[in-house]
Amino acid sequence: MEKKLIGKRIVRNEDPRLLTGQAQFVDDVEIPGMLHAAFLRSDHAHARLSSLDVSAARRYPGVVAVFTAEDMGEDWSPGPPLVSPPPTVKDVVFHSRRQVPLVKDKVRHAGEAIALVIAESRYIAEDAVEEIELELEPLPAVLDLEKALEAESCLVHEDLESNLAARLFQKKGNYEAARKEAGLVVRRRIVIERGAAAAMENRGIVAHWDAKSQHLTMWDTTQAPIPIRNGTAARLGLSEHQVRVIAPFIGGGFGPKIMMFYPEEMLIPWVAMKLNRPIKWIEDRRENFYATTQERGQVHDVEIALSRDGQILGLKDDFLHDTGAYDPYGLTIPLNTQSHVMGGYDIKNFSSDFKVVFTNKTIVTPVRGAGRPQGIFIIERILDIAAAELGMDRVEIRKRNLIPPQAFPYQHEIIDQAFAPLILDSGNYKVVVDKALEMIGYEAFVKTEQPRLRKEGKYVGIGIAPFIETTGVGPYEGARVTIEASGKVNVATGIGTQGQGHFTSFAQIVAEQLGVKVSDVRIVTGDTAEFHWGTGTFASRGAVVAGNAVHAACTLVRKKVLKLASKVLEAPEGELELDNGLVRVADIPQKSIRLGELAMLANPLRGAVEPGTEPGLESTAYFGPQYGATAFGGHAMILELDPETMMVTIKRYVVAEDCGTVLNPLILEGQIHGGVSMGIGNSYYEKLHFDENGQLLNASFADYLLASSTEMPRVEVAHLETPSSLNELGSKGAGEAGAIPVPALFAQALENALHDRKLEILEMPLSPNRLFELIHAKETQ
Amino acid sequence: MKTTAQNLFDLSVTVNGTRYEQAVEPRTLLSDFLRHELGLTGTHVGCEHGVCGACTVLLNGESVRSCLMFAVQAHGREITTVEGLGTIEKLHPIQEAFHEAHGLQCGFCTPGILTTVVPFLEQNPHPSEEEIREAISGNVCRCTGYQHIVDAIKLASDRMNK
Repeated sequence: MEKKLIGKRIVRNEDPRLLTGQAQFVDDVEIPGMLHAAFLRSDHAHARLSSLDVSAARRYPGVVAVFTAEDMGEDWSPGPPLVSPPPTVKDVVFHSRRQVPLVKDKVRHAGEAIALVIAESRYIAEDAVEEIELELEPLPAVLDLEKALEAESCLVHEDLESNLAARLFQKKGNYEAARKEAGLVVRRRIVIERGAAAAMENRGIVAHWDAKSQHLTMWDTTQAPIPIRNGTAARLGLSEHQVRVIAPFIGGGFGPKIMMFYPEEMLIPWVAMKLNRPIKWIEDRRENFYATTQERGQVHDVEIALSRDGQILGLKDDFLHDTGAYDPYGLTIPLNTQSHVMGGYDIKNFSSDFKVVFTNKTIVTPVRGAGRPQGIFIIERILDIAAAELGMDRVEIRKRNLIPPQAFPYQHEIIDQAFAPLILDSGNYKVVVDKALEMIGYEAFVKTEQPRLRKEGKYVGIGIAPFIETTGVGPYEGARVTIEASGKVNVATGIGTQGQGHFTSFAQIVAEQLGVKVSDVRIVTGDTAEFHWGTGTFASRGAVVAGNAVHAACTLVRKKVLKLASKVLEAPEGELELDNGLVRVADIPQKSIRLGELAMLANPLRGAVEPGTEPGLESTAYFGPQYGATAFGGHAMILELDPETMMVTIKRYVVAEDCGTVLNPLILEGQIHGGVSMGIGNSYYEKLHFDENGQLLNASFADYLLASSTEMPRVEVAHLETPSSLNELGSKGAGEAGAIPVPALFAQALENALHDRKLEILEMPLSPNRLFELIHAKETQ
Repeated sequence: MKTTAQNLFDLSVTVNGTRYEQAVEPRTLLSDFLRHELGLTGTHVGCEHGVCGACTVLLNGESVRSCLMFAVQAHGREITTVEGLGTIEKLHPIQEAFHEAHGLQCGFCTPGILTTVVPFLEQNPHPSEEEIREAISGNVCRCTGYQHIVDAIKLASDRMNK
């Protein structure tokens, strides 16, 4: 059937409120009698707490209360484990050490919260924080991943034998045997360092305990309102139905807002109940740099075995992963890296052993990409190096090894982050790569344009990087779809929204089936009072998992509509059509009934109904995929490097993307553009610089550089569609796609621009300074 | 905003055409005054040190960062916030263009971008793409990669200056 609305460039329902300042974000919540919170945080990365005196702060005018770990008494406990270790892998090591609400005895990262001040205003709360007397006894900071595992290293968690948080080994085929057959073996060490997610809205929480109704309402900048509700209820000894968590409009998520429970999320509702006053805490940007989770730090030892004609025989990748001071998020990120390091290539023999390491740095949880950019960086880098050693074209080596279309579903024979088998469900990878090459004009550039520009003395480089993205993982999401008496449709789903346009893309899914206008569909996300089953927005799964739940619920509602309308209109269901808010008999258009009227008939006020009748035109449905749908794409770019300043200008940037059925190309392109800008940051601007004491040296937007409008190129996007067979809509996720291959692409294009220097880029993120150092080091070798 | 300070300043300021007379603590930031005293929460705060541009408002018609100003510095002057540009029922042409070109995602930086673009398009009604990019280079957006924002501004300039 020809789709009328799915796949159309429809402008967003949510925009008018956002554009006029009428959309509510957490810091916009005002409640009479509300108090404000500020934290005393550690300046040291690793230190023993020797003394803490909050008496002066308690006496400070306007201060209502000050809390330390000691004041919490038996209510002090670490956060719950979020993701358990994989049960299906043999010999997995996993030491769960979770974040604490307030430091009791030892500080484990700079910025860890030590005391909480509650006052009449934020200004007063911050003043009073200055009155707290704190003595810390500094300990050596554990920062370097390799040194952290040495026997003499100081321990982040002293009850453990070492700083090893986890270890997991996976393999496919027999790498050692493949290595013996190889015509070429290439081995490199590759280092990737941390960046920040840097959502424009910092985190924030408002908690309101109403003692009279015995009900807690919590506004939270979370990507996962339902688990926050359930966990908060459990911590506070309340029924889940006594707690309502609202994730209203959220100013960007990008991963860290899926972290649960941040210390502040444990504390603020607890304090609200304790004091019986509404409490607001809004993170400031400096706190965001220290206390909001970060990602990407890994050290890889990668080895690839190939035949002389460029066929990959096997891949071995052993790596260290930095989890920071605690590991609440389990193995999600390193498992994602492990699942992506084979990329979209047909690799029969694989071996990968990773160790997760505790350090005295901010906690690590997924940031847009979530371990995937590292995996793609490793495979693409080592392929570039192998191609150079074989004297082979880098496009050719990739095309030779891409998984062919007839091989899907393709078994990688390891488990992924969802503990499900890593199976790439569908795709046509070579076509996508060809599309990216065609868009960038690869042949013409390499053969004529680049030689001409090089003759003019210009340092121009081109690159191409394919990638996979596992998306849309389980377990499930749900949705309730209701046709109301007004004829409008209300949809409630459990995920949160941080700008992805769910209010529109989900409305398109509804409108497609129920024949109403997209603007007549009200979508609710992120409010546990409206829907309370689900997990959250992460792993590029909103459109896939919640989208398909909405679709499934609409299918049920449509059946109810047809059944009732058939009776009312005295026509067989097969002759009815839904259009323009009406159900009508296809051949007799004047014989029709409005959906609103039908909704009223379905919910009578008097009279008898048939036994088993459900009231209204409403249905709830759930969707949980067997395993995640895997998207594929290819990015290509042309850049020019200024050899004096090392500044890069991106001349062209193209993306060919196959994320299955496209719901709304306008929204999808926006997601890709944004992802690419984060990827460009990850490649050349955004690096968190920690000094030898674990102090973050660039904890502000003046020092931590985000790509601005003048660094960003125009990104040309093409969509190819290989629908996934894992869900009815055929969709695959795309939320993180834009960010994933960019560092790999950037490195390749830079090397290409500097072809005469024979530079090997084995680290990310770079910067103009760092590139200068690398070139200089190469010259003085 | 409750305060312990004794020296309150009697502030008189016009915001979105409405005159407000209010005693404020001298250290109150303009951004906090607008958001928490007047309830005009459309102005957002992203970095508190003037880099991200989310808190931009118009002071006597010019773009300023409300997180870098004290409320008392606006005494006797006129401020326009995003709430003063257009309404849901009748969007400002620039807001309309942002809607059509998908110039926003999470929408957090958007009010600051709109209040940057209003005076920019008054001064430069027919900007080139490069000029547009330069004009918004002090506003950080983490969602869009700026492309649809640039498109929206171009669309607005074409429409407003036909």
